[in-house]
Amino acid sequence: MTDQTCDEKLDLRGVLCPLNFVQTKLKLEEMEDGQILEVVLDDGDPIRNVPRSVKEEGHKIVGVERREDSTYKILIRKLGS
Amino acid sequence: MSESAQETKIEGLKAELGKEARRAKLNFNELKSGGFIKQTQKDLFTVRLRCPAGLVTSEKLRKAAEIADRYGRGEVHLTVRQSVEVPWVNYRDFDAIVEELRAIGWSVASCGPRARVPTACAGCSYNPNGLVDTQGMCLEVDRRYFGTPTGLHKFKVSFSGCPIDCFRTREMDLGFQGVVEPELVEDICNGCELCVRNCEDGALQMVDGLPVRDPDKCIGCGDCVKICPVDAMVMARKGWLVRVGGKHGKHPLYAYEVANLTPDEGVFALMEKTLEWYRENGKGRERIGAVIARVGVAKYVDEVVKPLGLAAIERAEDRRKYRAGGNFHD
Repeated sequence: MTDQTCDEKLDLRGVLCPLNFVQTKLKLEEMEDGQILEVVLDDGDPIRNVPRSVKEEGHKIVGVERREDSTYKILIRKLGS
Repeated sequence: MSESAQETKIEGLKAELGKEARRAKLNFNELKSGGFIKQTQKDLFTVRLRCPAGLVTSEKLRKAAEIADRYGRGEVHLTVRQSVEVPWVNYRDFDAIVEELRAIGWSVASCGPRARVPTACAGCSYNPNGLVDTQGMCLEVDRRYFGTPTGLHKFKVSFSGCPIDCFRTREMDLGFQGVVEPELVEDICNGCELCVRNCEDGALQMVDGLPVRDPDKCIGCGDCVKICPVDAMVMARKGWLVRVGGKHGKHPLYAYEVANLTPDEGVFALMEKTLEWYRENGKGRERIGAVIARVGVAKYVDEVVKPLGLAAIERAEDRRKYRAGGNFHD
């Protein structure tokens, strides 16, 4: 599912809500439409909140992968700037 | 002072007293509809302003401040039911206040044995958890039923936009809480399991690579819809979970869930029919929760919910998933 190559990466392990979303948003703002951002999120509130907020901002989540250490890797396609 | 001058003064005083009396009479009518709450202090009242859904325009806020400055002590109190109230007001100023409020299309709230100003959270208009339009519904219910006399006791209504239930529908005489019925569009689902992992009620399980919902556990919060990265989980239906018979006070009661996924029109029908049922079945100063405790919730469901053709919740086991904990005594 995550065979898609990404243009940017963000490791948000240990970053609390809503800072993780703010960092994601800032990174997406630097990127071009259609580019892919990979973020790594902790289980619990971060994985519950960040993908949802990203969706609400109009971007598309194109991949979700649960990793061995119970964190998640999600791929976001930037849309509509 | 000459005799005639003294007479004129006495006539003047009489006229003033007459005015005062007429004013007092008017006040009593205003008092009946409620909104003026007697304070400990002689002649002083708290004037409760009508703020359905807790929505107050800046114009109204300025007016409340003006009234507090002019007739009170320059302070307002924010009530637990989202109203702004102005304490330390002398009853002689009621008319002037009512007039000032009327000029901007505002009025005092209610107290006593009648339908009170309904309350609501932000709902779906800007709260990310909100599933339904609580504010719109609350304003319409206020417009239609505010102040309806019950002949028995108070009648409180609230609207919560989702099962987090910030507006405590369980503690209302009649409460409406937003719910959704999620549905999976199978060919879009990528099997990421985020919905399953995020369901706090354990209502989703992976079966053959797809999430399957257990309706006996699902409380309709819509978290699965919101978390789904590919929009495979969708809201098949939206509506109101209806609760009746709750109250706080010295001896609180927790309401019964009596209907699920009720459409907006059902809310108005339930308001009317419930008030009617309450008047017919209530005794003395009973709240509707006490009536239900006495006659049984099945009677209410049979006589109010079912005749309206709504999706009734009838069995105790169907209420179990909405469980509440704490210190209950029977």
